[in-house]
Amino acid sequence: MSWEIIGIWVATLLTFGIASFLYKDNPVYKIAEHIYLGVALGYGLTIYFWDSIKPNAIDKVLPSDGSAPEYLVWIPIVLGLFILLRVIPSLAWLSRWSFAVYIGGNMGILVPSVIANLLMPQLASAMRPLYDTAQPLNAQWGPLIGQAVILIATFATMIYFFFSLEHRGFVGKLSRLGVLFIMISFGAGFGYTVMARMSLLIGRFQFLIIDFFGRALGLRIG
Amino acid sequence: MARECPAETEIYSGRQRSAAAAKCAFSRPRKTLRSFPALKLPLCLLLAALLLAPGLAKAHFLPPRSENIEAQKRAEERGIPVPTELEVFDRPNDDGSSVLLSFEVPTADEDTAVMAQASVDKVWQDCAEKPVLLSELPRHIDEPRYYSGEELSPEHAQQYSLTVDSVMLPGEDGALALQPLETGRTYSFRLMLYKNGGDPAAGRIAFLAGDAAPLEQWFNTAFLNQVLMALVFTMIMMGAIFAARQNPNLFIRRIAGLEAVDEAIGRATEMGRPVMQVNGLDPLTSASTVAAVNILGRIARRIASYDSTLMVPCVDPVVMTVSQETVKQAYAEAGRPDAYRSDSVFFVTDQQFSYVASVCGFMMRDRPAAIVYLGAFYAESLLLAETGAGTGAIQIAGTDSQHQLPFFVVSCDYTLIGEELYAASAYLSREPMLLGSLKGLDIAKAIVMLLILLGTIMATAGQDILTRWFTPL
Repeated sequence: MSWEIIGIWVATLLTFGIASFLYKDNPVYKIAEHIYLGVALGYGLTIYFWDSIKPNAIDKVLPSDGSAPEYLVWIPIVLGLFILLRVIPSLAWLSRWSFAVYIGGNMGILVPSVIANLLMPQLASAMRPLYDTAQPLNAQWGPLIGQAVILIATFATMIYFFFSLEHRGFVGKLSRLGVLFIMISFGAGFGYTVMARMSLLIGRFQFLIIDFFGRALGLRIG
Repeated sequence: MARECPAETEIYSGRQRSAAAAKCAFSRPRKTLRSFPALKLPLCLLLAALLLAPGLAKAHFLPPRSENIEAQKRAEERGIPVPTELEVFDRPNDDGSSVLLSFEVPTADEDTAVMAQASVDKVWQDCAEKPVLLSELPRHIDEPRYYSGEELSPEHAQQYSLTVDSVMLPGEDGALALQPLETGRTYSFRLMLYKNGGDPAAGRIAFLAGDAAPLEQWFNTAFLNQVLMALVFTMIMMGAIFAARQNPNLFIRRIAGLEAVDEAIGRATEMGRPVMQVNGLDPLTSASTVAAVNILGRIARRIASYDSTLMVPCVDPVVMTVSQETVKQAYAEAGRPDAYRSDSVFFVTDQQFSYVASVCGFMMRDRPAAIVYLGAFYAESLLLAETGAGTGAIQIAGTDSQHQLPFFVVSCDYTLIGEELYAASAYLSREPMLLGSLKGLDIAKAIVMLLILLGTIMATAGQDILTRWFTPL
């Protein structure tokens, strides 16, 4: 029996072990869960070391190709070590410096990114002509209604997210209309995502049928 | 592919040299500015002000060069297309790594190819490994980030844009290899036109483009709209925060999901079961995770005062550490620092589905009476929420992950949709800073609505200035 077939057997048993949770929490599920957790942790740690710590810290501080060390790298290394100092209660406060740099720096990066990738494209997309004034209006009722619905839905949804206004009267009605549009959007999103999840399930069944029944057990499929 | 470069005095008359130097908008020597560091700030401000004036960044185009007339005759004799409007200039809004050759080839066919050559030490060197087909070359309008159509006249925006960022130079072993252009150094450039897809045997003709130096710009004018938006919204937020400090009793509408938090914690206390909070999968770089940790502090304070138990399984070590600090602080504020247990906030794994398998196991074994999902979620949302619903727990979710919201809506008792997650912190704490931010966001939303209305009316009337202004490059 080759290592590949052994791998298929292990993967199949773990698949059934995890799937047994559909019945109830049981010892087989616990075994599969703990193996999955342990393997994932070990895998994650290995990836962190080889993809992040070694190329970004060790290789730059102690270059093996004879190039000059990069001393600026010591700043993030020291900040990283500060986080580890949390295990020493009297020095745990130093980790706050690291978190301040981490969160502050990332927020600085995030703000222009949100403006460029979320706010502005949506604004530009919303500012579209209701209809083409160069063409006769009679031939454009469809696009006109579609664009008007988009505009009303945008406004109503934004009104729902106004927290300074009490949702009563006209604002309340507009807000309820906004909720309606949000729910329609959720319904479409739900169907779309469920179909994507079905493809995951199909992938697992393909593994069981083709790899396990076909290759590991040698059964003729189809 | 080295060729002799005619002496520059043979190529340019004095007048032409001045014109060629003038056409590069950024061809000032860099050392002048570096020699006067004190002038940097005023110059920055001056440059920023100048950039606001439209049209100043326009390229200066020259009439056709007299020295290309001979080349044009030879090209026509050999059936090679002739470029017009040939220019070379520093590529605007870049880091000083390249120049642009701009041209049009009215008689080009599908086999016409081009390649740039640069003069280095009076020897013409290729600027690429091989010629590129004209049909594969972008036009200026295709590269708005570097050279937007707004900075060129409409006819120039449609011209071909050949980026030159390297030149063939002999390496240490003497072999020619592509090496980056030197920032700040002035090179002479010419454009080689080929027929038959760039086959040199089929003939090629060189057309002189002129001189240019790749120079780095301090400001990328393509991002000016983003800077202005950030400044305007920052001022609005700061103004609103200032107003909230003057008057902390600002109105915020009721958020149903948050009012259920107290009920859920009370239920957990009565049943003697823990309250679980899941902070999502994103690290602290995500605004929703920051909001989730912020709310965790409020929930932890309530749990501490009710003497209930908290469980926070984390997927990110940094989120775990900050959550531990937050919960510890909350217990101290509630007057119960002795009740704080550091293992109530714990790391599970950073792998998505093994995290789900583990948290589902915790749910089934520890049977939390209330589960709160706040932050950014992905494919794990339904797996967690369905398992939580199966245990009979009260479930409250809040996320800005648009694709996961439907799953929370169907499987949780209360769901905070999108921005309600951010509003929750202000709603729970009533802190002037957060209240002011929320008010500022409402003002910003009102401005955005007005802009959309105005932009739509203008676009319908045939004016798309506002739409283009908000299009990020």
